[in-house]
Amino acid sequence: MSETTPAPLPIWKKLWRSAVREPFSGDRRSRLRIVMNNLILHLHPSQVPVRTLRFTYSWGLGGLSALLVVLLAVTGAMLMFVYTPAPEKAYQSILALETLVWYGQLVRNLHHWAGNALVVVTALHLLRVFFTGAFREPRAFNWLVGVALLLLTVAANFTGYLLPWDQLAYWGITVGASIVTYVPLIGNTIAQVLLGGPEIGSATLLNFYALHLSVIPLAMLFLMSLHFWRVRKDGGLSLPRGIDEPPVTKDENVTTFSDLVRPEAVWATVTVTALVLWSMTVNAPLEPLANPDLSPNPAKAAWYFMGIQELLLHFHPLIGAIVIPGLALLGLAALPYLDSDMDSVGVYFRSRRGRWLAALSAAAGLVLTVGYVLLDEVALDLPALLPSLPTLVSNGIVPLAALLLGLFGYGALMRRLFRATRCEATLSLFILILTGFLILTLIGIFFRGPGMALMWPWDVAATVH
Amino acid sequence: MTTFPTTPDAPTSPTRRDFLKLGWGVLAGVAALEAGLASMQFALPRVSAGEFGGVIGCGPVDDFPAGSVTPFNEGRFYLARLADRGFLALYRRCTHLGCAVPWDPARGQFICPCHASAFDGTGQVLNAPAPRPLDRFAVQIIEGQVQVDTSRPLEREQFDPGQLVYA
Ligand code: HEM
Ligand code: FES
Repeated sequence: MSETTPAPLPIWKKLWRSAVREPFSGDRRSRLRIVMNNLILHLHPSQVPVRTLRFTYSWGLGGLSALLVVLLAVTGAMLMFVYTPAPEKAYQSILALETLVWYGQLVRNLHHWAGNALVVVTALHLLRVFFTGAFREPRAFNWLVGVALLLLTVAANFTGYLLPWDQLAYWGITVGASIVTYVPLIGNTIAQVLLGGPEIGSATLLNFYALHLSVIPLAMLFLMSLHFWRVRKDGGLSLPRGIDEPPVTKDENVTTFSDLVRPEAVWATVTVTALVLWSMTVNAPLEPLANPDLSPNPAKAAWYFMGIQELLLHFHPLIGAIVIPGLALLGLAALPYLDSDMDSVGVYFRSRRGRWLAALSAAAGLVLTVGYVLLDEVALDLPALLPSLPTLVSNGIVPLAALLLGLFGYGALMRRLFRATRCEATLSLFILILTGFLILTLIGIFFRGPGMALMWPWDVAATVH
Repeated sequence: MTTFPTTPDAPTSPTRRDFLKLGWGVLAGVAALEAGLASMQFALPRVSAGEFGGVIGCGPVDDFPAGSVTPFNEGRFYLARLADRGFLALYRRCTHLGCAVPWDPARGQFICPCHASAFDGTGQVLNAPAPRPLDRFAVQIIEGQVQVDTSRPLEREQFDPGQLVYA
């Protein structure tokens, strides 16, 4: 054995070594260590239960949300270099972006579609968490954090909506801010603060710009960190199991690197590719410059608010835009604290009975919602039936009371007639309301034409363009 | 089980501590309030000069025949002259959710493009969802000239002839 001093490492190898902290050899120990030694990978535990890797359990939707947020931050930072937040300049800067900046249109499209996709993907993530019962203790608080993240996602989309300063932006935000004025007592003040004045103007644009570029992203960054940290503290992902399997608490572990990292990378690549292809083919909408003299007909809100816009056609604004969505949101936040009489974590739709009650409730939601919209369109005119009452009562409190009674009755029916547990009844009600909301959203997007008249989608398309 | 002997002055000691805790708590609360109020100043409405809100001159009374409705875009209102020759200035912002309401001369109604509220020539609601008539602005006639003050929209529950101004 001879004493040889090892050859000195070249400097780039030294640099690399210092950055990765430990050389990677590929054995099990090394695969465990790399997760701890890497800032990004470190969001994961170093080992995960095999079951949680089932793609059809989580569908990777939480990770996908996080990926979209990163993509939005990158494309958003690029847009900042071109965009000018002043009424006379905003629209021109978007036009310049689209026509003069290399790949400007593509970057705008990516930002636009990623933002819209984030609403859909976080909502789907929420649904999978609810349907698998993964929101119960110890994960109840993380459900609340999630609801806050969903609200921030919508707020980010809403504030971004004004920035192009086109007709869509101007009137979408006018309608949105007017909704706020119906909050009792303080509504007018909130709307004024939001708009920075009595009507949309330069102060509004600056407010929305500040919210969209700093306040909301910072809040999201903070809440996402909290969310990921809690997923790990709460024992990692809930464990999926078969419908007749007893609850599982333990499972065989595999190393995160690369049994979890590999599918994540594949899923991320597939999504980014799909998003880029989509953004290469479909441009983000841009209407003519904002014109305060001319509301477009029909003037529709952003698609994720179409459910609420449809409620506005049927209820007094205080009820349709504030009380009903407010109650729904409260209910959503309170869900983990309301429903807990059944150990069904990890089973999609709770149980066999849960599954067919879910299907039944979806069907009921479809029929009842379409039925009510048609009835209200052709026959029902509550203000005319109850002429002596103010419209807040005749077109607001009366139908609201009927709605709440109906929901209560539906829950009771599930329990009596189908012997549903409280938890299965909650699931049924959730699906009934969810279907109703989705149907209202679809009607608002596809079946409302000029003057918000009901018509077939192809007739709507023919009148709009 | 062990018990600690209580000295006669024991109760005063936690009380002092409680008092100090309360003191810090109050100070922290005041500081948070001040910081909150100070940051709210940043968000409060700012006056943007040159945007609508002043007194608009509409021209001589005789320019407006009885039964006419004339739009004034810069003032965001319609000057209506009813059949009895009374003037009424109607804020064109829909009382439902704020869309700009166009005048439909063929039907003699204001019909909102957003959710189909309809108003008659005096601004009264013909068709929900609008919850109240169109707001109005104060009209003045000075030396035969019509002037409309757009600084403050006047809300009303219904139209009554007292709202009309005559030359
Ligand atoms: C920007 C939005 C969000 C991001 C980036 C995000 C991210 C994640 C990630 C990465 C996971 C782990 C695995 C997975 O299910 O994919 C997760 C789990 C979870 N999320 Fe979210 N999430 C978001 C919004 C929400 C929402 C809206 C809710 C529900 C209201 C929610 C509730 C939960 C819960 C309870 C878990 C634990 C699930 C389990 O253990 O099975 N999150 N989230
Ligand atoms: S804004 Fe005019 S009817 Fe809704």
